[in-house]
Amino acid sequence: MSAVMTAPRWRDRKRYLWLLGAPVMLIPIMGGLLVEATGWSLFWWFMPLVVYIVVPIADALVGEDRNNPPESAVADLEKDRYYRWAVYSAVPMEYATLIWGAWVAGTASLAWWEYLGLAISVGMVTGISIAVAHELGHKTDPFEQWLSKIALAPTGYGHFYTEHNRGHHVRVATPEDPASSRYGESFYAFLPRTIAGAMRSAWKIEKARMQRRGLPTWHWRNDAINAWAMTPILFGALIVAFGWIVLPYLLIQAVYGFSLLEVVNYLEHYGLCRKKLPSGRYERCQPTHSWNSNHVFSNVLLYGLERHSDHHANPLRGYEALRHFEDSPQLPNGYAGMILLAYCPPLWFAVMNRKVRAHYGGDLTKANVVPRLRNKLAVPATA
Amino acid sequence: MRKWRCVICDFEYDEALGMPDDGIAPGTRWEDVPEDWSCSDCGAPKAEFHMVVVEAA
Repeated sequence: MSAVMTAPRWRDRKRYLWLLGAPVMLIPIMGGLLVEATGWSLFWWFMPLVVYIVVPIADALVGEDRNNPPESAVADLEKDRYYRWAVYSAVPMEYATLIWGAWVAGTASLAWWEYLGLAISVGMVTGISIAVAHELGHKTDPFEQWLSKIALAPTGYGHFYTEHNRGHHVRVATPEDPASSRYGESFYAFLPRTIAGAMRSAWKIEKARMQRRGLPTWHWRNDAINAWAMTPILFGALIVAFGWIVLPYLLIQAVYGFSLLEVVNYLEHYGLCRKKLPSGRYERCQPTHSWNSNHVFSNVLLYGLERHSDHHANPLRGYEALRHFEDSPQLPNGYAGMILLAYCPPLWFAVMNRKVRAHYGGDLTKANVVPRLRNKLAVPATA
Repeated sequence: MRKWRCVICDFEYDEALGMPDDGIAPGTRWEDVPEDWSCSDCGAPKAEFHMVVVEAA
């Protein structure tokens, strides 16, 4: 105890930076104000402009932070409610932007490209909110679990709450996981596979869980059902308030929002694979089974989601305590820059296939490879 | 022998089978599983008591 008292107290240098995640949710509203101030329609697209131009440049300029909190500080960090409130505060901001956008879509006379820009801007907010729902959904506190589902409602992705913890975390970096992308698989091939796979998996998990409890599958305690149900209620209320003209807005932002989550899923485990043990089980999930990024700027905006290697190895660790590991594979930019790369498969393959091969010392039989390439690769690689 | 289920991911620890991959022999009672062991599937720590009895015999 005395050693702890005399050691210089470790201070979290990112403590107040975590407050930035919440106001990011308001960027589309700032865009609307800029349209008003300048008369430039381009600002309806303010959110993608910020995320796809400002953030990758800021990540490259600000760079990485490989510092870890000392183990002695972790217990205090995780007990500090401040970090939880920094996450909670993002949810009302998400809703403020969603409702503001519906009001604009319903009352302003917008050209189609302005309407589209508004819907995409808000979709980026509701998509980034899935990172908030993710941080909340990992906790066992009922309030956080409830708030997690509320944060998912605008994208209609309520089943993520079940599928992420009980599906993705169990099967991560294996060919069985719909949310782990494979070497040689483009984002556009991954997208329909992960959307359908995640829904199927969540439904199966909830069905089994309800059976164990002796309840019918169609029951409000089915977490897929109660989380999904929030979406039609929310959309219905906004349509009643602002008219049918907001329906395309709501659908576009939802599809764009969950596609943003899925492109993030795509880059988090690309090509990485856990070994199958003689027992038939997969080896434990290690930090080497997730791509990691220490880029400070985008990490702060996403509540540390990019320190993904530690997250999968230690899923109950709070975002403020996640660590960098030297042996985990590293992405060359933050998520925002990597998303742009993923949207352009030839560029993605040029950068990332090389990295996957290097990670496995050239032996792709160790990687999670798309079935189309599996046979072709197995022939020469007889290590 | 009992079975324990992880409340995070539904993994089941069966005392009769143990967890040979983690060096836990078949027949190891839950109480004797090391405190630093964590769920084989999702990594939830034993210390946070995320396991519940699902079958007692």
